[in-house]
Amino acid sequence: MAVPTTTGPPHSPAATLAPAARTSAASDQTPETPPAAGADTALDAAAMATRIRQDVIRMAGGPEGAHAGGSLSCADVMAVLHAELLRPGDSFVLSKGHAAPALYSALSQLGRFPADELDGYAQPGSRLFGHPRYDLPGVEFATGSLGHGIGLSVGLALAEQLRGGDRCVYTILGDGELQEGSVWEAALLAGHRALPGLVAVVDRNGLQITGGTEDTVGLEPLDAKFVAFGWQARTVDGHDLPALRDALRPSPDGPVVVIAKTVKGRGVPFLEQRVAGHYAKLKPALVQRALAAIGRSAGGPS
Amino acid sequence: MTATRTAEQTATQTAEQTVSGTVDEQQPVLGPDPRTAYREALLELAAADPRVICLDSDTGGLEDTFAKQFPEQYVNIGIAEANLMTVAAGLASRGFIPYVHTMATFATMRAAEFLKLDVVGNRLPVRVIATHGGLSAAHFGTTHFALEDLAVARALAELAVVVPGDGRQIGAATRQLHELPGPAYLRLGRSATPVPPGAAPDLRLGHARVLRDGTDVTVVATGPLPLLFALEAAEELAGDGVSAQVLELHTLHPLDRDGLLAGCRGRAGVVTVEEHRPQGGMGDAVAEVVSAELAVPMRRVAVRGTPGGRVASQRDALAAHGVSTADVVESARQLLARTHEKHQRPASHGAAATRTR
Repeated sequence: MAVPTTTGPPHSPAATLAPAARTSAASDQTPETPPAAGADTALDAAAMATRIRQDVIRMAGGPEGAHAGGSLSCADVMAVLHAELLRPGDSFVLSKGHAAPALYSALSQLGRFPADELDGYAQPGSRLFGHPRYDLPGVEFATGSLGHGIGLSVGLALAEQLRGGDRCVYTILGDGELQEGSVWEAALLAGHRALPGLVAVVDRNGLQITGGTEDTVGLEPLDAKFVAFGWQARTVDGHDLPALRDALRPSPDGPVVVIAKTVKGRGVPFLEQRVAGHYAKLKPALVQRALAAIGRSAGGPS
Repeated sequence: MTATRTAEQTATQTAEQTVSGTVDEQQPVLGPDPRTAYREALLELAAADPRVICLDSDTGGLEDTFAKQFPEQYVNIGIAEANLMTVAAGLASRGFIPYVHTMATFATMRAAEFLKLDVVGNRLPVRVIATHGGLSAAHFGTTHFALEDLAVARALAELAVVVPGDGRQIGAATRQLHELPGPAYLRLGRSATPVPPGAAPDLRLGHARVLRDGTDVTVVATGPLPLLFALEAAEELAGDGVSAQVLELHTLHPLDRDGLLAGCRGRAGVVTVEEHRPQGGMGDAVAEVVSAELAVPMRRVAVRGTPGGRVASQRDALAAHGVSTADVVESARQLLARTHEKHQRPASHGAAATRTR
């Protein structure tokens, strides 16, 4: 079936393809979002990543704190995807839903909602919960319970495969999240179906709440696991923007996993590689210290 | 017992053969095989609506029927019920109407969170076809019993929940569920069950069916065997001069509030009968409505204790755990006696406390 061109900003949830003449019941479910204010402006991934880190720190300075470590580690992947790679009609699913602060920043930079909404993050009356809701502009599924986003992405990619479309589906998983068995149910199916256009990024920061992933329940050799499941595996420095740009390209031949080697808390020295930085509630002085550090060290490979 | 054995023998026949087969007088007339009846409706829907997609989880019976006719609308997810729900949510988000197939216990227990968050949480039009409801897989043992599924499904709040009690209406239920904008749960038994005697009013989603009018007590039933027990009990009570109303509550969500109140108002009591634990099942759903509006006492006939110690037929296992025609009759008599006693000699608090039930 011919794939209609969808309009809208990058990673707008795709317009529903209803093969039947009848009105699709599901079309009501697809979030309708207005075009982004700055959609015409070419976005710079490095600038977006820096802004994500600043916003994450500001949210962590709010009354409830935020999942800072894992939001900072995936900031560069998030920025490359949202600033450069996601085309109209492509999908993005944040499987590690606790990195919501990074996603919220990216979406606000795309004009999906006003940037000043970030100031109310996790506060009464805000729609910005600690984990994203499906009805937020630019978010298609509620995530946060780990091990769901990859299956949802497989479903989206399967829909595309069944209809012969060429739209892509990107998802970001945490590395600790890979301990969830449902990840591997989804991975097995994606490999079996050789789903094209599916790219799963593992934010391989090596830490989970209780310690290192390899000390908790080890994941290595991780690339070999995905290869054994029928995926192409690419390992890359998760803070090297040009390398990410290259590695994140989808394949027409089957699913791709990008193992993005990252530093938890990246960009904020007192949070980097710290288990305690997983969830941070920062006092104003630390917010200032963190923002100053981000200003100095923005971008660049590890 | 006889009916169950017969059902097992005919499970592989098609719905039509089963219905039209010769039946001797000792044997009740069996309804269609539930999965066959459902599948025939699904095939019609798939032919008319390309949004229909059949997601299998290696259940058996779809790969050689549906997949043969509609190979492009069939995907076998494999033995992975969590992923079944999640992939369905992704497909539904792109305009498909996925029909997912697994057993009731796996759909609601193993895959519960995936059903809750991915399907119901995102309000996606996935149809969960949950087979082997209740104790219908009696000889399979406890791993395959589904006695908590309706509690889970009801607790998800925005999931339509339907349990056809008359096998002949499974097709109608399936077609009506197809039209819903949101998610739905259809609970089926494993094997054919006897056709309920008497009139067979049409199934209308969300509306309790009145199968027998009565003024003294009301029996509300959900599921094929409970419905038979309710009708048999009403017949037996009629022999005592007791007039029993029989309602089939096939839709547990949305609940037919008006139908329940109309069917229970002014009676001496309400007996609910279901193939489920009392906790969170149909009886609790009825109580939500009835206890808020009517001063009518209730008794729940539901599965008590832990079935599965020794192999038993579906009927025997139900009877051993408190669900049978006799249990319905006994509960109705208790309620009638209670009211009668109250009218005879208004009890003091002390007398009420010592009265046996």
